[in-house]
Amino acid sequence: MKFYSYFPGCCMHEETPMYDTSLRAVATALDIELIELEDWNCCGSTPYTVVDELSAFCCCARNLAIAEKRGFDLVAACSDCYLILRRTNQHFKEYPEIKAKIDEAMAVGGLEYHGTVRVRHILDVFANDISRVEISSLLKIGLNGLKVAPYYGCQVIRPVPSFDDVENPQLLDRLIESLEAQVVPFPLKNRCCGGSHILSEENMTLRLICKLLDNALKNGAECIATVCPFCQVNLDAYQSTVNAKFKTNFNLPILFFTQLMGVAFGIDGKLLGLEKNIISAKATLAGYINKK
Amino acid sequence: MVATKTYGADDFVQEISALPGGEKINLCIQCGTCSASCPNADKMDHTPRELIAMARAGMREEVLSSNSMWLCLSCYLCTVRCPRGIVPTYIMHALEHLAMHHHQTSPQTRTPVLYRIFSDTVHAFGMIPRLGCMMGYYLQTNPLRALPMTRAAVGLLTHGRMPISARKLKPEPMKQLKAVLDKARALGALP
Repeated sequence: MKFYSYFPGCCMHEETPMYDTSLRAVATALDIELIELEDWNCCGSTPYTVVDELSAFCCCARNLAIAEKRGFDLVAACSDCYLILRRTNQHFKEYPEIKAKIDEAMAVGGLEYHGTVRVRHILDVFANDISRVEISSLLKIGLNGLKVAPYYGCQVIRPVPSFDDVENPQLLDRLIESLEAQVVPFPLKNRCCGGSHILSEENMTLRLICKLLDNALKNGAECIATVCPFCQVNLDAYQSTVNAKFKTNFNLPILFFTQLMGVAFGIDGKLLGLEKNIISAKATLAGYINKK
Repeated sequence: MVATKTYGADDFVQEISALPGGEKINLCIQCGTCSASCPNADKMDHTPRELIAMARAGMREEVLSSNSMWLCLSCYLCTVRCPRGIVPTYIMHALEHLAMHHHQTSPQTRTPVLYRIFSDTVHAFGMIPRLGCMMGYYLQTNPLRALPMTRAAVGLLTHGRMPISARKLKPEPMKQLKAVLDKARALGALP
């Protein structure tokens, strides 16, 4: 059994509960123990770093300090949480003056952080800490013939040193292949979905989403597999808005890669939360779910 | 962290260099790789490369009041490609921070309002409850703008993906976090 500290992040309690339940179920099947960080708080996200960077670092430092006491790697599933936690670690090490201020603020709460926690993304864990042989041995329903566009988005692969290629990432491709599904070419797989700009710059962001959907569909994808809650929300919840705006006809299910793994492992659909995907994946996955 | 060479307009460059990541601004060779990589460069008043050139020329007002940095998605594509090891994303963040701090944000974009609401919410609750945040944001900007987006909101609500009551931190951890963040605020902006 492998142990990790797990940082769910706000999204798991808000827009994407099915990512949380599916990744926990898959982790259990893979003999991985994800121990939720007790009393974690928001990572601060990109906006907080802009408005008040020191407070944002302190938000992360509190989480990192709690994780440090345990000693395991800290795993985040949201790409923004992952990036922001890593960024705090990096600044903590590279800028002594920032470290001094973080230390001073943390001391008020009786907290100490020494900079020793390794922050990781759940894709990194599932793709690098688990062998393909292990995954194959758990396979109950091969996803033969299912055409999947692997969507990484931006922040999961950008912090350097990255666990995958920053321009042409491969780990999700390989993982999907090990489920016996077919990976379709997806040239925009490392491009940004627009993130929270969907609220402030709607037109600009809807255009980015439209390009991504179009690119996946033109390459024959029957669904998109994603690793980030923001990407999932933008591509899934705003797909009908894109259709209305650009007179398009997209009906492309956006699944978390953990949901796909869960289907292939024969995990109960309730745990995978497939009914929470707004663009229903039922028809796409019918051949695999009912096979049991 | 001292800039290698300055090109006049020292004050503004110094201001940017004082923020983490900003100190590399003078390494820029104006190759334009950042602008070519940026998904939103065509919507910006000035592309990232131009913005850096303008900042180094001391065009403080023009830089801080532009919409450019507010359209930065923090996707870091420019960053992994910069041949000089600059993190243009951090320079954008530094400019956003300065524009906000000096109340010079561009009226063309609502991103600063959104960022402010997110930040205040984290400071107060240690979490970002979406429903409250979005309502606050649309009320502060233009409630009519919410209309085209209701389709998405309804989708999320009906699929149990926008809870009315958000996760709350327990009183003790909340008190601890609040104490830390209040102290951070009191210590002031970086550096």
